[in-house]
Amino acid sequence: MQPNDPILKLRDVQVHFPVKTGVFKRVTGHVRAVDGVDLDVRRGEVLGLVGESGCGKTTLGKAILQLVRATQGTVTYSGEDGETELTSLDDAGLFRFRKRLQIVFQDPHSSLNPAFTIFGSLEDPLRHYGVKTREERRKIVGDLLEAVNMRRESMDRYPHEFSGGQRQRIGIARALSIEPELIVCDEAVSALDVSIQAQVLQLLMELKREKNLTYVFITHDLSVTEYLCDRIAVMYLGKIVELCDAEDLYANTLHPYSEALLSAIPVADLDKKSRRIVLQGDVPSPVNPPSGCPFHPRCRYAVDRCKTEVPELRRFKSAKGEHMAACHLIDQPLAE
Amino acid sequence: MTDANATRPRTRRDAQFDKIRDREAALAGTRQRTGRFMSKFLNNRLAVVGFVIFAVICLMSLFAPLIAQHDPMSPNLRAIAKPPSAEHWFGTDKTGRDVFARVLYGGRVSILVGLGSALLSAIIGVIIGVYSGYVGGWLDWIAMRISEIFMSFPQIILVLLLVAILGQSLLNLIVIFTLTGWGGIYRMARARMLSIREEEYVQALRSFGLGPARIAYKHMLPNALGPIMVNITLSTAAFILQEAGLSFLGLGVPLSIPTWGNILNAAQDLRVLEQNWWIWLPVGATISLFVLSVNFIGDGLRDATDPSQQG
Repeated sequence: MQPNDPILKLRDVQVHFPVKTGVFKRVTGHVRAVDGVDLDVRRGEVLGLVGESGCGKTTLGKAILQLVRATQGTVTYSGEDGETELTSLDDAGLFRFRKRLQIVFQDPHSSLNPAFTIFGSLEDPLRHYGVKTREERRKIVGDLLEAVNMRRESMDRYPHEFSGGQRQRIGIARALSIEPELIVCDEAVSALDVSIQAQVLQLLMELKREKNLTYVFITHDLSVTEYLCDRIAVMYLGKIVELCDAEDLYANTLHPYSEALLSAIPVADLDKKSRRIVLQGDVPSPVNPPSGCPFHPRCRYAVDRCKTEVPELRRFKSAKGEHMAACHLIDQPLAE
Repeated sequence: MTDANATRPRTRRDAQFDKIRDREAALAGTRQRTGRFMSKFLNNRLAVVGFVIFAVICLMSLFAPLIAQHDPMSPNLRAIAKPPSAEHWFGTDKTGRDVFARVLYGGRVSILVGLGSALLSAIIGVIIGVYSGYVGGWLDWIAMRISEIFMSFPQIILVLLLVAILGQSLLNLIVIFTLTGWGGIYRMARARMLSIREEEYVQALRSFGLGPARIAYKHMLPNALGPIMVNITLSTAAFILQEAGLSFLGLGVPLSIPTWGNILNAAQDLRVLEQNWWIWLPVGATISLFVLSVNFIGDGLRDATDPSQQG
């Protein structure tokens, strides 16, 4: 297996939630939370998934883990024993692959069960995956806590005795407990203080090096992605609008939406005049997305063609591998 | 760190802290969950008082034949409506039966009916509510409709119906109370589960591939236990009083068998209420004490199971 092989292939993944109204709960429409995403996650990389609130980042993350089932499209996992289409498996069939994919959640306050000690919360998955004796489980949980820079003894404490950063590290320890290959970090640091954020991010990077992990890093904080990610996918209204190497996104922004997002990063430099692009209006409703390019109502470059024709995700030439963007107006040469 | 300790002269505080550290080290690892639970419960004074009262009442009812000197059923026509005396501690009622003996024996039925139906309906309500609240779908829909049917039906008519079908007996009373009572606890358990299932730790457990029953009963139920506990204590009280009401109508336990409700029914007579206080006061006080003690225990259990409360 090459390090750059895709560990996960998403093809035309759609997650639509039915909207039911009226007395008889008739389905009157669909929330297109994720609306046709093609994406490869390469083994060993950190893939950033950025976008505004409500653009479907979290739903896509959950669809990867099959916590939310995709209504259409496929998620394919490739490991030692070949490729497996996760979307076609039932719960029993998924069991083997649950071990490979894990998730770290956003809110450290609800991600741990308040009624159990840390050991109590962490031991059950271990037992589920065949660690029989209590001594063994205590040892594993202790080792995990030490791996996330916490004291072994904290396993007998309750979640309310810990700070947000500590809880988040326990959440990471839990995700690591069954030795996954890919971890989806769903806004894993956005609920934390900046100083704690740095701590947790550093921890994540160390763990990645040690255990050879792959991350899908969902965030709306572009300064975090810049520090962390190898590649970045920008999402807007359930679709990927730009996908490229992390440095390339900052150096050579192609999509107008990414441009607006990047201009919103605060810069700690008094002399630098920031040209902030303020987007007009709100994200359109995913129940009723705009015709043509989903971004056209807020795009400052929009022309008539944008209102009618949906732009394809096209491959552009770039110094760093490929650079994909979905916009009609990019005048750079396409890649072969 | 070590340098600073070496250069600084040791003070009395240091010795104190060393002692505390040693004690903690000796305790480390021995502290078990059950020990913590017990110590928290025992530290709650009201809960302990409640438990003592509860135990005393239960034991006295259980050992009624050993304590009471009179037969609760046999009338004594030479001692009708006598006030308390050395012979009859709580006096006698209008047919000359010893009230003290009747209260003791009555406790057996009333506690069985009250606590029994409360626990039984809680068990049924929790088992259905926790699972259907977490899983949702058609199972939830069916359970919800059934509970709605039972709850919207006037209870007294349901009782009349069931008594007509099943006949009048103690067991039937428990069945009837359970049938009409599980809906409340079911709905509460379900509502708690609906809010808990959105918590991220539940999602995390799902991502490990744990089964729905294991997630619902093992991981989510402990977080819903507080209000359920309180509801059990409240419905115990309600069932004891309901048993009294039904017995009065002649639908509950046959009037000849002493129950707290049957004894209290004598006080429906205004003359008894005014002149023979010993007939209704002791049993009334016993019911209140018992219900109060169950409430205290319920509170204590809830606090003891809540990990964020220190004992």
